[in-house]
Amino acid sequence: MTLLLIILFPLLGAALPAVAVRWGRNASAGAAAGVTAIPLALLLFETPRVLAGGTIEAGWRWVPAIGLDLTFRLDGLGFLFALLILGIGLLVILYARYYLSQRDPVGRFYVFLLLFMGAMLGIVLSDNLLLLLVFWELTSLSSFLLIGYWKHHADARQGARMALAITGGGGLALLAGVLLLGHIVGSFELPVVLRSRELIQGSPLYLPMLTLILLGAFTKSAQFPFHFWLPHAMSAPTPVSAYLHSATMVKAGVFLLARLYPVLSGSDAWFYLVSGTGLVTLVFAAYVAMFKHDLKGLLAYSTISHLGLIMLLFGLSTPLAAVAGVFHIINHATFKASLFMAAGIIDHESGSRDMRRLNGLWKYMPHTATLAMVAAASMAGVPLFNGFLSKEMFFTEALELHQTGTLWWIVPAAATLAGVFAVAYSLRFIHDVFFNGEPVDLPRTPHEPPRWMKVPVEILVVLCLLVGIFPAYTVAPLLNVAAGSVLGGPLPEFDLAIWHGFTFPLLMSVVALSGGVLVYFALQYRFNLHMIVQSPSPGRRFYNRGLAWLTGLSEIVTGGLQNGSLQRYLALLVTVILLAGAFPFWQLGWYSGSRSPGMMDGGSGVAWLLLVVSAACTVIWHRQRLLALVFVGVTGLMVSLIFVRFSAPDLALTQILVEVVSIILLLLALYLLPQTTPRESSVTRRMRDAGLAVAAGLGAAGLVWAVLTRPQDTISGFFLEQSVPGGGGSNVVNVILVDFRGFDTFGEIIVLAIAALGIYAMIGGLRVERPALDPARRPWAADSHPLLLRVASRILLPLALMVSVYLLLRGHNEPGGGFIAGLVTAVALITQYLASGIAWTEARLRLDHQRMIGIGVLIAALTGVASWFFGAPFLTSAFAHWHLPVLGELPLASAMIFDLGVYLTVVATTMLMLVTLGKIGAREEV
Amino acid sequence: MSHLIIAPVVLPVLAAVLVLLAGRRQTLTRAISVVSTSGLAAVALALLIAADTGEYQVYTLGQWAAPFGIVLVLDRLSALMLLLTAVVGVCSLLYAVQGCDQQGKNFHALFQFQLMGLNGAFLTGDLFNLFVFFEVFLIASYGLLAHGGGEARLRAGIHYVVINLAGSALFLIAVSLLYGVLGTLNMADLALKVAAADIEDAALIRSAALLLLVVFALKAALFPLYFWLPDAYSSASAPVAALFSIMTKAGVYSILRVYTLVFGAEAGAAQWVAAPWLLPAALATLALGMLGALASRRLKGLIAYLTVASVGTLMAAVGLFSVDGIGAALYYMAHSTLIIAVLFLLSDLIARQRGDHRDHLERAAPVAQPVLLGVLFFAGAIGVAGLPPLSGFIGKVMVLQSATATGAVYWVWGVVLAGGLLSIISLSQAGSLLFWNTDVKAEKPPLAAPASAAAIMPVAALLAGIAALSALAQPMKRFAGDAAVQLLHPAGYIRSVLG
Repeated sequence: MTLLLIILFPLLGAALPAVAVRWGRNASAGAAAGVTAIPLALLLFETPRVLAGGTIEAGWRWVPAIGLDLTFRLDGLGFLFALLILGIGLLVILYARYYLSQRDPVGRFYVFLLLFMGAMLGIVLSDNLLLLLVFWELTSLSSFLLIGYWKHHADARQGARMALAITGGGGLALLAGVLLLGHIVGSFELPVVLRSRELIQGSPLYLPMLTLILLGAFTKSAQFPFHFWLPHAMSAPTPVSAYLHSATMVKAGVFLLARLYPVLSGSDAWFYLVSGTGLVTLVFAAYVAMFKHDLKGLLAYSTISHLGLIMLLFGLSTPLAAVAGVFHIINHATFKASLFMAAGIIDHESGSRDMRRLNGLWKYMPHTATLAMVAAASMAGVPLFNGFLSKEMFFTEALELHQTGTLWWIVPAAATLAGVFAVAYSLRFIHDVFFNGEPVDLPRTPHEPPRWMKVPVEILVVLCLLVGIFPAYTVAPLLNVAAGSVLGGPLPEFDLAIWHGFTFPLLMSVVALSGGVLVYFALQYRFNLHMIVQSPSPGRRFYNRGLAWLTGLSEIVTGGLQNGSLQRYLALLVTVILLAGAFPFWQLGWYSGSRSPGMMDGGSGVAWLLLVVSAACTVIWHRQRLLALVFVGVTGLMVSLIFVRFSAPDLALTQILVEVVSIILLLLALYLLPQTTPRESSVTRRMRDAGLAVAAGLGAAGLVWAVLTRPQDTISGFFLEQSVPGGGGSNVVNVILVDFRGFDTFGEIIVLAIAALGIYAMIGGLRVERPALDPARRPWAADSHPLLLRVASRILLPLALMVSVYLLLRGHNEPGGGFIAGLVTAVALITQYLASGIAWTEARLRLDHQRMIGIGVLIAALTGVASWFFGAPFLTSAFAHWHLPVLGELPLASAMIFDLGVYLTVVATTMLMLVTLGKIGAREEV
Repeated sequence: MSHLIIAPVVLPVLAAVLVLLAGRRQTLTRAISVVSTSGLAAVALALLIAADTGEYQVYTLGQWAAPFGIVLVLDRLSALMLLLTAVVGVCSLLYAVQGCDQQGKNFHALFQFQLMGLNGAFLTGDLFNLFVFFEVFLIASYGLLAHGGGEARLRAGIHYVVINLAGSALFLIAVSLLYGVLGTLNMADLALKVAAADIEDAALIRSAALLLLVVFALKAALFPLYFWLPDAYSSASAPVAALFSIMTKAGVYSILRVYTLVFGAEAGAAQWVAAPWLLPAALATLALGMLGALASRRLKGLIAYLTVASVGTLMAAVGLFSVDGIGAALYYMAHSTLIIAVLFLLSDLIARQRGDHRDHLERAAPVAQPVLLGVLFFAGAIGVAGLPPLSGFIGKVMVLQSATATGAVYWVWGVVLAGGLLSIISLSQAGSLLFWNTDVKAEKPPLAAPASAAAIMPVAALLAGIAALSALAQPMKRFAGDAAVQLLHPAGYIRSVLG
């Protein structure tokens, strides 16, 4: 539970500073400090157990199905890191209280900082690799917010995005690596993973897995060539840099390697990848650091270099190197945090971070200068300071490589060279800032910072000294348990002393120190260091170029694929359809069925020919819209005739009526639209479309042929048998519609209803000016409602209505039914509109079509629901035959009520569509 | 017999009818709509619990036994889809009643009909009835897409209608082919008939099956048929776009249903007919969706492309046709539906506070509620980018793990992970532009009133759903896995339907 609390306090308590800021900046900082101090106390409470070599574990289940559980462990390594995270975190909170200006939103700063702290604690205390990854990405996200804290600075925004892209991208590689590792081992739990060294190193997936995990670690720990995000992250407020780039964010990468050291290390791949990358980073970044004029830039590259050093140590895979790596983690955290804070103080009190202007500050801020000097000396590896100890261990281990071959000298030589550079840039940090003449044109007069701003630096500097002078009495126990958990076995013999006699490593230190002093002064006075301007970071240029390339690519691809052309999308759709439909035949061959489709009689032949010709004519004359409409009408008529030919009177009736309504609808639309379609497509495009259309048509015909030549064995026999005994009607089509598959009909009338409602929603109330002349530039007929038509339509109306009622009632047994009857009624009513005008008709026919649709659907739905009360499922029908005097036998089925709903819906939807469209172009007076 | 299973179809119809009868009474129509949709959520939850017993519930409409009549079938997958629909429906509706619903006519009727169509599609056990419900929700979506009017919407709407009508026509052709060869429409019966089909009919059946796949892939927005989606979704009004996040899933659902039940392991000559095509198409969809997101110059466009990409991820897992793959896909589907809905609603909240800049990704005055909207956006972005600790990450891990032991592992991992990086880049750019790179000196847009708590609530509720999905990932995964087992072992389904 303690472990969970340690993580949860900062994560959940992160909201407190935002609330507390109402009572002032101190309250906000106090809240943040409190939320940090409690877990620190909890951690320290566990000190005895951890130092005794114990490991505290705790766990809860989360998603065992994917191997992700909330398991935590506190061992030496985790303890060390948690201590650094919380301890330095507390100092940073105090420091930030004085660093941030009145304008900065303090609450938000502490919220982000605490979130980051919690995520970081999660990484170091996770006992499950997937859980570690969860926290890993959370540090990327929270550091994104921290780096972008000064959101009005373009640098900060870009730095934040870059850091997120690089570390977040690395996180994705790490995810892949961890998943592979979990796949090899069969678990993500660290105790299991750490026991499986042979299994892991023997796996064929070892190399890809290692590469992916290292990608994650290298990006996070800013190793070459991914290092460039770190200098750009310097646009964050300095407390953030002090925190992220000393003890936390960038250490996550080395932490991960330390965590997995027992199972991943020792192979050749590990050695070359890790120490190779570390070595290059170490030397390269140290070199670059010397030329940085920006204080934080220098520290940033120095950080990269030191991370490279730690990587290199872990890469060497000797037990003592690992110990040295852990030791250097501690030392680097202390001196680098204090140096960043010192740089922040200088910036804060003088208004600049540029070493070409910051000179001679010693007399303005001697106290700060002293602190900075101690920390810088530690960074340079001067004896009596803690950095010296771990560097000596590093030199010792670098020399241990002589058995690896003729090139063994590279590592010690590079180490010494990097040592030289480190001394040079450390010296520059001190000499350039505090001495070397007078300040140049500073925005304000430098002075010592407030008392409490220095306290965090003082604490850290004292630690540097204590560790540096009395290592055995201070850091040794902590180092022992931490290194112990890295090695996962017995510790090597080592002696934490300042003096080991006259040894080769000491010689290297001497060379580094003297060489560094020489290099610095040579640069400063011989080559005029201040005039050397480095080209801006190539990494950033590469990143920006890559991003621009990617954005350009995405625009080209997206724009190229999606040009907003409907024609293209349809052509693509038809192509895909063709390929999909044809592929199986290409694969398996074509089998035509055995059944002969029979010969065509003469009448059908003519109808077929007319159908084909009219359809073709529609295509050919599609630009002349009225003409095309005529051909569409012919096509529809032929289809109805074909239905008649195949003895389907219901279908034929429906088809004819639908044709009539559609033609009226299209005429109403054409009335408002141009009479011809402009020619827009090029010849090639029309050829392409023609090819596609012909191929698709032939394909469809081929499929139909294939179906028709096969023996038919369908469920339709059941419907024929059951229509009368089961459905109570002898018109099978109608019984299918309202009973067997009444649910489909229920859906279809709703489709109609929606279509009408949608049309009304879209164009209801729209008014378009009617053109004064027709397309042939003739005036419209003066008599828009001819007398003859008016009279005829009025006489026809009662007749038509009677017919439709008849059709509705007999539908269950004879051709007819709600759908057909509805269309007949609608056509009769529409004729009134056409003959007598909208105003006249509406004055006499007060129908709220929308409401009528509602009633129609409601009747249909309630017929369905009514069956529930008889314990039957939705839309179960009942029927009876009643013998009445005079009328004789009257068959009644509940499905007829359903059909009434269909009828009303069809009438109302047809009317609503036509009237809505008709009103658009209507003139006021009609 | 329990009639609860048909309630998801009947309830929205009755609500739509009542809305029509209520006419112009605004408060009444809103109340009807909200009450009905909330009721739907309750029903869906009850059905989910019932389905989780592992029993199939079969409802024979009109008491006509399958394969002659139409049946509704409830299994875990259907129940999950119903619940997702209801949750997204309730939240979109609660957002719409803040004012969007009055920007056009008949919003609530169309909305309810859309819900009815979706629910029917998720429940039906009959292929032709599936077509009918596709028509119902599509035609409702045409109306909803145009809701609010404007040239851009109309243009996108016309494209959307034409392409989907072509799709519907193809649906009809494919169903007719299957009926012509196999003589039945009930999916369970189709499964038996396909399994027993002559080898000579194999090519024809496979052809029909692939044509049907094209229909569903068009609805699901798979490469190369997703081109209609970005314009349509990004021009729809916010609650409509949020609701549409479940509509694309109807295509996914249909693929899952038909290509495991009818054309699955037992399908003889047409066995796993969709399998070779889905995975490559899905990965291409994912990659192109992510590129599209990066190229977007509007927030809604970006989200629309992320919708496409999420379909890609989802279908990549479906395309593995394994219990792990489909289980992962179902979990990811729940996640992606909710998160896309969150983002569409949120983008409207943001756009409303940016004056004429709307959701265009360009420098503008800061929004009126930077902290609130910023936090919501950050959470939404984490979710959709698949970063921890939200369900997107868990879902992504499931998808990756499901591909581990397959031959496609490198492709799936490579594309999914690279896509993740692209989404991080495009979302961080968009977020930094919307919330950081603001022009503090610019005049505040006149309409930049802070969003009311009632408008924030649906977004927060959906995010709470995401949080629940993350925290309860284990039971959810268990459910999804069981649903996948049901899908891949359709014998129980067939037995329940055909007796």
